[in-house]
Amino acid sequence: MDSLFAALEPLLPRVRKPVQYVGGELNAVVKPWGEDATTVRWALMYPDAYEVGLPNQGLQILYEVLNEQADTLAERTYAVWPDLEALMREHGVPQLTVDAHRPVRAFDLLGVSFATELGYTNLLTALDLAGIPLRAVDRDETHPVVVAGGHAAFNPEPVAEFVDAAVLGDGEQIVTAITTVVRDWKRSGRPGGRTELLARLAAGGGVYVPQFYDVSYLPDGRLGAVTPNRPGVPARVHKHTVADLDAWPYPAKPLVPLAETVHERFSVEIFRGCTRGCRFCQAGMITRPVRERSITTVGAMVQTGLEASGFAEVGLLSLSSADHSEIGEMATDLADRYQGSNTSLSLPSTRVDAFNVTLANELSRNGRRSGLTFAPEGGSERIRKVINKMVTEEDLIRTVTTAYAAGWRQVKLYFMCGLPTETDEDVLQIAALAREVIRAGRQASGRRDIRCTVSIGGFVPKPHTPFQWAGQLDHEQTDARLQLLREEIRADRDHAKAIGLRYHDGKPGIIEGLLSRGDRRVAAVVRAAWEDGARFDGWSEHFRYDRWAAAAQRALAGTGVDLDWYTTRERTHDEVLPWDHLDAGLDKQWLWESWQDALDPDAPDIQDCRWNPCYFCGVCPSLGSSIDIGPTGRRLLPLTPVPGSLDGFAPS
Amino acid sequence: MNPEAPHPARPVVQRLRVQYAKRGRMRFTSARDFQRALERAIRRAEVPVAWSQGFSPHPRISYADAVPTGIASEAEYVEVALQDRRDPAQVAAALAAALPDGLDVVRVVEAAGPSLGEVLSGAGAGSAWLLRLPGVEPATLAAALRALLAEPSVLVARATKSGRTEVDVRAALVTAEVSAADTNAPGGVDTCAILRMVVRHGTPSVRPDDVLAGLHVAAGLAPPVPPVATRLAQGPLDEQTGTVADPLA
Repeated sequence: MDSLFAALEPLLPRVRKPVQYVGGELNAVVKPWGEDATTVRWALMYPDAYEVGLPNQGLQILYEVLNEQADTLAERTYAVWPDLEALMREHGVPQLTVDAHRPVRAFDLLGVSFATELGYTNLLTALDLAGIPLRAVDRDETHPVVVAGGHAAFNPEPVAEFVDAAVLGDGEQIVTAITTVVRDWKRSGRPGGRTELLARLAAGGGVYVPQFYDVSYLPDGRLGAVTPNRPGVPARVHKHTVADLDAWPYPAKPLVPLAETVHERFSVEIFRGCTRGCRFCQAGMITRPVRERSITTVGAMVQTGLEASGFAEVGLLSLSSADHSEIGEMATDLADRYQGSNTSLSLPSTRVDAFNVTLANELSRNGRRSGLTFAPEGGSERIRKVINKMVTEEDLIRTVTTAYAAGWRQVKLYFMCGLPTETDEDVLQIAALAREVIRAGRQASGRRDIRCTVSIGGFVPKPHTPFQWAGQLDHEQTDARLQLLREEIRADRDHAKAIGLRYHDGKPGIIEGLLSRGDRRVAAVVRAAWEDGARFDGWSEHFRYDRWAAAAQRALAGTGVDLDWYTTRERTHDEVLPWDHLDAGLDKQWLWESWQDALDPDAPDIQDCRWNPCYFCGVCPSLGSSIDIGPTGRRLLPLTPVPGSLDGFAPS
Repeated sequence: MNPEAPHPARPVVQRLRVQYAKRGRMRFTSARDFQRALERAIRRAEVPVAWSQGFSPHPRISYADAVPTGIASEAEYVEVALQDRRDPAQVAAALAAALPDGLDVVRVVEAAGPSLGEVLSGAGAGSAWLLRLPGVEPATLAAALRALLAEPSVLVARATKSGRTEVDVRAALVTAEVSAADTNAPGGVDTCAILRMVVRHGTPSVRPDDVLAGLHVAAGLAPPVPPVATRLAQGPLDEQTGTVADPLA
């Protein structure tokens, strides 16, 4: 398959940031196209702009894992901006990969990683530009098999019509298993066509093929049942869990973009999963159990990743990095190793805990202390108990006091608005907290130029969480509450200047809510919005609420359900949820009890099962997985210069 | 430790000048894209670059006026300050291995004489350019060029950081000649005219896009596909012969 770069090239001088379309990044791989009968070819897509998609860990890991295999090749493709989309349509240039500029249409599989539901319309653009029919049932065996993954794939129903398959959970091992099924089918002469291939993929319950399941509806619009419509297709599909992260030290050769991207650093995932039990957090629910990378694996990955990339910053990623059993040793040893090398180290997410400040101090000991971020999530003690985010105001003040005293000038605090049972008072408490933070900070630092930025996101109930039954707060009330908070912060002039407030209006959250908890009927809304021009819905300059609301009205006409039904409506215990047949390992009854506990002020807190007894969420027994944490008791030694490097050259 | 304490910096003991090329698809990298790529290559190649002092130390690299995004070049220059001495040829080899294909190191020499900025942007400097114009008949381009050269001055508008300004394309042209390309051009067009020219640097310097705008103003030339420009050389300009000398000589 030849490169179509010559067709794309004349369009590039006419678009913004053309470098994002040319590929050629350090550590990019271009393999020969290979023999049709034996080579399995993946196009991997992140359905957002290159600058967001390139740093994505999941896609980089799969790209490397697949390209290491013989007779397998993987290339990347990203969403093209509307300026290039228009030119591609005008000149008949199809969706291409960035690696070898081969047409996506020619690959065996198109893997799409959905970190957020707001990328759905970008998938439709890519399919359309590629010349792949939008509906899975309209494709034949010459078209790629479209496979969705990522967190949003835990409820793929709103895009079930557009994807051939969805995979839940960790991708490292299942991509190779899928590759093998596809290769065997191709080698044996593609028996039974596309349907047979999809049936082989669906057979083990490890790959969800939506077209093999029928959905029935009750007269009131709720779901009746989701049932397999083909022999050999299991009733439930399970998620995938990599047991030993030390055995999968990827990415080892991180892609180094030429274009500027949202994260300009080498990121190492120090553990996967989280069991703190925050009820709003989908990531914490669907990535269980906790599996750590050992300090020595992390040390080796940082070393090889920096050598292979030349990045000047390392991020130690996870859902709550300070919870790693060896985080203290890891921070100290890495800071020692890279002292004097102008390499900076960072923890992206921090819990409200003075220990986190100690860690941040250690990691930044060679650099500037600009800002620290904490996430109390809820403004009042009451609402924090509802969401099981066990942080007291005392904890927060002690933590920020430590931070300001250690020389940090700015503290960022993340909150959510629209949490279940929330009242105006819960949100107004954010203002009181922020004022207290500034007061304590001025005292601890002895300066008046310290700042606190309050960042607020609208809460969107997500599948596979205790809040999956909750009614979402409508956008009018969300906006009204945020307005009240803004006035409350402004009212105190002495502190207002030191407090920054960042928030978005409530409308995008409602559409995210529709796409998060939608069923198959929502596919018609996605398609109608896309046909009306919806693209890049995660970008405020492209998102248009009115377009989506109108699309919902048109596409759902006659179904008896509407936008509110999907978003602001509270679900009942007996309701069949669109994702009930997709098994994240969580016991639905445990989720329900946790939801009821959220509503009960006297219910006990959930205590993390890493340091407390099991609380029976169901994941370990149902998936045969187990917690994998340290400490290993090992330490990182200083790095020694490698002979033959430039350091060894004789001075001239 | 005191987080306010600035970093100590080691002194500069050597300055190296690097000539590099932007080829093929890498011509779409911007000046900032190249800076990031070079800084990462310097880290990977373990070149002992000197660092500035302060809270956010940055590598001491001086960038000369870079070619605009989308234009290829055989003759771009940067100067890198080192805190340990190194053999320029070995630095060249190490950097070449660490940079992506298409951002190619041409040579590395020890700095001497006036600053890069003075040599490349000062009075008396110029650039030699080659423009491929797919889909344009050489005779058409030659006629447009004659029309442009016949004018006493040809002003074209240019957006700059401080707003819009006008540059005189005619005044900046030292030499220009048209020929026919002997191979097929990108985009599958059979006809392709070539324009070779030497342009005097100024403030701001006239660029290939300005010359194309000038050909449009003077003769209505409108290439059907975007032309591809390459800077062949830049350096001290000999006004008599219209030649550009080696800035590292």
